Amino acid sequence: MTLFQFLATTAFYAAMLGILIAAALCVTVRNLFHSAVFLAFTLIGIAMLYFFLQAEFIAAMQILLYVGAIMTLIVFAVMLTSRMGNPAVPQSFKNKKIVFLPLGLVGFILISAILKTPWETSEPQTAVNAVTLGKALMNQYVFPFEVVSLVLLVALIGAIVIARSE
Amino acid sequence: MVLVMDFFISNKKLLGWISVLSVGAALIFAGTQTYPATGLFFNFFTIDFFAQFFRLLALTAVGLTILASFAFKKIPVSLHGEFYFLLLGFGVLLTVMGAATNLLMIFLAVESVSMTSYVLTGIQKFNKQSAEASLKYLLFGAVSSASMLFGMSLLFGATQSIDLLAIGSAFQSANSGMHAIGLVGLLFMLVGLGFKISIVPFHMWAPDVYQGAPTPVTALLTVAPKALGFAVIIRVLFYAFPHLASHWGNLLAVLSILTMTVGNIIAITQADIKRMLAYSSIAQAGYVLAGLAVPGVLGLRAVLIYLLAYLFTNLGAFFTVIAVERETDSNEVDAYDGLAQRNPFLALSMAVFLLSLAGIPPLAGFVGKVFIFMAVLKADAIVLAIAIALNSAVAAYYYFRIIRAMYLRTNKTVTPIQNPLSLQLTLITTFVFVLLIGIFPSHVIHLIEKALTQFPVF
Repeated sequence: MTLFQFLATTAFYAAMLGILIAAALCVTVRNLFHSAVFLAFTLIGIAMLYFFLQAEFIAAMQILLYVGAIMTLIVFAVMLTSRMGNPAVPQSFKNKKIVFLPLGLVGFILISAILKTPWETSEPQTAVNAVTLGKALMNQYVFPFEVVSLVLLVALIGAIVIARSE
Repeated sequence: MVLVMDFFISNKKLLGWISVLSVGAALIFAGTQTYPATGLFFNFFTIDFFAQFFRLLALTAVGLTILASFAFKKIPVSLHGEFYFLLLGFGVLLTVMGAATNLLMIFLAVESVSMTSYVLTGIQKFNKQSAEASLKYLLFGAVSSASMLFGMSLLFGATQSIDLLAIGSAFQSANSGMHAIGLVGLLFMLVGLGFKISIVPFHMWAPDVYQGAPTPVTALLTVAPKALGFAVIIRVLFYAFPHLASHWGNLLAVLSILTMTVGNIIAITQADIKRMLAYSSIAQAGYVLAGLAVPGVLGLRAVLIYLLAYLFTNLGAFFTVIAVERETDSNEVDAYDGLAQRNPFLALSMAVFLLSLAGIPPLAGFVGKVFIFMAVLKADAIVLAIAIALNSAVAAYYYFRIIRAMYLRTNKTVTPIQNPLSLQLTLITTFVFVLLIGIFPSHVIHLIEKALTQFPVF
């Protein structure tokens, strides 16, 4: 292993650790706005993982859509929520202890199953660029693509139905 | 395909009829098709008799619901165009759901069907109950989709394929170390799909949503997504996990007993008829699940028969609720007092639908229950059989409570209840089908056997 590879692997694991910490903070901090900021960090971290896995296009999209657009929406929603600053409004879940047991059980089963599995590591990935991705969407994956467009139409109309005033 | 249905603007009343006609046309088209099983669009859309059967089911439900919703006055007129469009879109997405044989399409279809249901539930947006139902539905739905997606990612990671059959063969040829991850993936997927068909640990959303949604939407939600949810579960279980059949069989047996017991017991104490029917529909899902808990051709056939019978029965029951609701503006069981005097036809049809739900002979529900029972007994699942029998008895109690109110009680107001033409049409259709399936089950069984001919059962 060259030094460069060693650095890359270390950075990869560091990024994963960072994501985990940011995600944990995101669900545990009491302030909703802080939570949103940690969510943004998590999403950026995931975009970094995509970069490491040579999926640059997806990584760019991740940053553009999630970190850019969706986070802005979330922050706006937090800002527009009245009574946000009111400390009387509980912003966290009280019965934490009850949840830990089943959650720990599920986590244990999951981790042991994942460790038990002989994962098949595929041959080194070739980089997927936007052109091949677009071609795949228009050829093999054209039907799911069209269904997604129908879903978007339905969602759009649903949003209008809910948001418009009489 | 069904995508013919996208024309809509201007005149609201006309619009509704156009929607019904287009669904009807799609139905006839779907009914006359006899392709061999083919995979369209690079196998993303599979047409076989199984998908056809569920397409017929979904289109019938959507068509009848649109027809019945003409009589429903609580949706603002300005939203009617969108309402019909959403229902039609719902129909298309349900069709896609029935034809999905790989993980990507399953996720897309399930997710989009859920999304449409959220909007449909909340379409009476100035009604607090409706809005609350919609939000609850959305939150529960988001969590369960996430779990399903996680399960799918495990399966994809383990087998490198999104096609159900390929996943199945990959697991069969793999060494035993892979079974654990398969089982975990399957469990996570079942959580997501179990939410769709409201089986017991994941049923919390159902009563509130079914009560809060506009009644025609409730009628549709209790029937169509549930049936299609079962279609997806059947495909996942039988295509990808036939080798684990004994495992998921036992699991589903437990879930089935839980589902029907909880549904029936809570239904007894309900005073709101929509809520009662909601719990009853949870219990009905338990019976259907019992058919899946005994993996095999018999069980599968019983499931399809039951779903078909349940479709007409439950739609009919909810349509009667619409008729009573538009006149009395109440869904309390008390509103049904003396219905036999106020409108004999409504009372009779409601009685028939309730009896069919309870599984009384010559009606559709009876045929469904007999087949489920037979399949369970053939597989020597005695506990399950006893649970079904006991639950049917409990269920009969609360169904008969309504019938007693309609026939043996009197109401202070005796003004007759009007029944508009469109509702009458839907009621007559469901009524006739409930009777026909009950009296001539052989045709239905023939249809269903055909639906299963192209299905790889073990």
